Amino acid sequence: MSMRRVILFTRFERFWHWSQMTLIFVLLFTGFAIHGTHAWLAFDQAVVLHTLSALALMVLWVFAIFWHLTTGTWRHYLPTRNGLLKVARYYAWGIFKGEHHPYRKTYQRKHNPLQALAYLGLKLLLFPAIWISGLLYLFYPLWSQAAPNSQWLESVAIVHIISAFAILVFIIVHIYLLTTGHSFKAHVMPMVTGYDDVELSDAEAHYLEQDKPQQIKP
Amino acid sequence: MKIKHSLTLLLLLCFNVTHAETSPKQESQSTADHSQFEILKQDFKSGPELTQACLGCHTKAAHQVKQSLHWKWEFKHPTSGQMLGKKHVINSFCGNVASNEPRCTSCHVGYGWDDMSQAPPTADNKVDCVVCHDTTGTYAKWPTGAGHPLYQAVEKGGKTHLPPNLSKVAQSVGLPERENCGSCHFYGGGGDNVKHGDLSSALVAPDKQTDVHMAKDGLNFACTTCHVSTEHQIDGSRYAMQTHDDGKKAPGAHRDVATCESCHSNKPHPENSLTHLKLNNHTDKVACQTCHIPTFAKGGVATKTAWHWSQAGKLKEGKPYSEEGYTQGDGKHRHTYLSTKGTFEYGENVVPHYAWFNGEVKYKLQSMKIDPDKVVEVNKLSGAADDPDSRIWPFKRMEGSQAYDKVNNTLILSNVWGPKTNTAFWTNFDWAKAIQAGMDSIDANYSGEYGFINTYMYWPITHMVAPKDSALGCADCHSSEGRLAGIEGVYMPATNQHATLDRLGILAVLLTLVGVIGHGLLRVFLNKRGKQS
Repeated sequence: MSMRRVILFTRFERFWHWSQMTLIFVLLFTGFAIHGTHAWLAFDQAVVLHTLSALALMVLWVFAIFWHLTTGTWRHYLPTRNGLLKVARYYAWGIFKGEHHPYRKTYQRKHNPLQALAYLGLKLLLFPAIWISGLLYLFYPLWSQAAPNSQWLESVAIVHIISAFAILVFIIVHIYLLTTGHSFKAHVMPMVTGYDDVELSDAEAHYLEQDKPQQIKP
Repeated sequence: MKIKHSLTLLLLLCFNVTHAETSPKQESQSTADHSQFEILKQDFKSGPELTQACLGCHTKAAHQVKQSLHWKWEFKHPTSGQMLGKKHVINSFCGNVASNEPRCTSCHVGYGWDDMSQAPPTADNKVDCVVCHDTTGTYAKWPTGAGHPLYQAVEKGGKTHLPPNLSKVAQSVGLPERENCGSCHFYGGGGDNVKHGDLSSALVAPDKQTDVHMAKDGLNFACTTCHVSTEHQIDGSRYAMQTHDDGKKAPGAHRDVATCESCHSNKPHPENSLTHLKLNNHTDKVACQTCHIPTFAKGGVATKTAWHWSQAGKLKEGKPYSEEGYTQGDGKHRHTYLSTKGTFEYGENVVPHYAWFNGEVKYKLQSMKIDPDKVVEVNKLSGAADDPDSRIWPFKRMEGSQAYDKVNNTLILSNVWGPKTNTAFWTNFDWAKAIQAGMDSIDANYSGEYGFINTYMYWPITHMVAPKDSALGCADCHSSEGRLAGIEGVYMPATNQHATLDRLGILAVLLTLVGVIGHGLLRVFLNKRGKQS
């Protein structure tokens, strides 16, 4: 076992993350303009930007889902109880005592159990909630004839709004957690350069050095 | 500027004298030059004589006109079953026709209907052809002539009014222009734009901002471009409106509705942008008029927005008087008080009242009970959000106060016109006699006790369409105090409909922020202490 600097986040994953971040910020800003929470953008411009960004994000998601499935990356998000409580205890208690984070990243498991669970919830609950309600909202004219009254549209809108607030909460916590550990920069840089320090088994280190030398630093 | 006898004469008993521009004439496409017909080269002594000559060739015309609403003034509503039409309804303007016939029937498309309890005169030559077909602009029905024009010169108000040259009129007939329809429809209620709000003398020669379809330097539509007619039956009814249409018709296909969609389709915005697609998605709930007629009473002519009969009858030294407290855009003064009629308020570029509307208008007929403790809706709009035939539609909402029967709780009819009677209100200023005479004219039950109630009356807005760049923008409705703030049963983003949900959402975000900041501060503080120790 050795601590090595390897490409943990591939080029597509980084592209996915940052373009998703940009789109989500645009969607939050334009979405709350459409909802009437702020008036820093004209309603019609907000609708156009929101719709186009949403369509772009969904295209991105289609690629991301395909990528997760074909590369096997989806396994990183499998929930586990192993170590979950330790991590939770760390954020609630240990972190204040200057303890070290109880989790060590590995090549096959780049997220700690709590993190994996949070991302899984985001991907399986929040994102589907926002895009299913968003699609229903966008294509309301196609089913409005079947809806007996406007309460159907209103319910769709409520789901969409609740999901939006929940995603905003997620983002706040997500950004805050970047400040824990070594430094904000140490957390952000792997998603920029792709390189991060992980525990590699001798076999993994050997394999990377032999077959994929550009993915591991000496 | 050409002085128009027709309008001048018509307005004599109204409030002001209009010198309207004539609308640009369309080149006649007729195969007949009426100045060549021998039968029209007579010295006609009366309207019916002229009509007799018309009927010599147009043998079915009188019969056709007599089937029309313009002739019958009677309309059985197809869905509510109510018997409506000028002959029957009570409005909040001059009130009622019965007992005021010769004055009101000056706008009947015939000659000599002077008793509402009878059908219009039966002889074919009693149909007035030239009120609609005159192209000289000189023919006008005399305001108190029960439909007849002047036949000899009359001195009135220090002016000499000359009779029209009926021979010349007969030789220059053509298809109706805006002034023909306007000679009655622009002046309903006793003056320019008093009633409708979107029909005024400003439409004789409007600019594009006033009406993009009728603009003299634009499309220059006649009324009949949209209100098409077959056999003198003219489409478009205020009692039973068509609120939507399935779209464009094939060339030459039968078209019998005066809807926007009959030309523009129900997907009127070209589908070349997301915004246009989104706008087209509105057509199942929002009438075209709602966005494309942002204001009415345009072009410098005000509309009456309130009329309080309850204030009528005040005299100064025993004599009726008037006040002219309103000056409209084109500089003309309008009455704000008349002893004969009460107090008035006016508006120009008026923002409409909006309501769900499925095209059916129900009237408060004289036989129906009213609740005097509430504002009485003289006419009531049908429609609801969950009704697929309903659209959000703009209206002029007229405010009024008018007399009612205090014991029977019904609206009343009143005799207002009659210079030689001892009952007419405008002559005698005595409500008791005026109401008794009005009610007697239709043999209605009247207790003899009257009071005044506040009323609303709704006038659907559909003319004075603005150019597209002057249409409403999204935020005119999609905002917290938007134009459709009072409209129920529809979900509109940005209208602050989920205040509680928003508060909870913002609270969740704030608590999260407080949580992470607290967590962070605690970390920094405790770590420092840990290091120090």
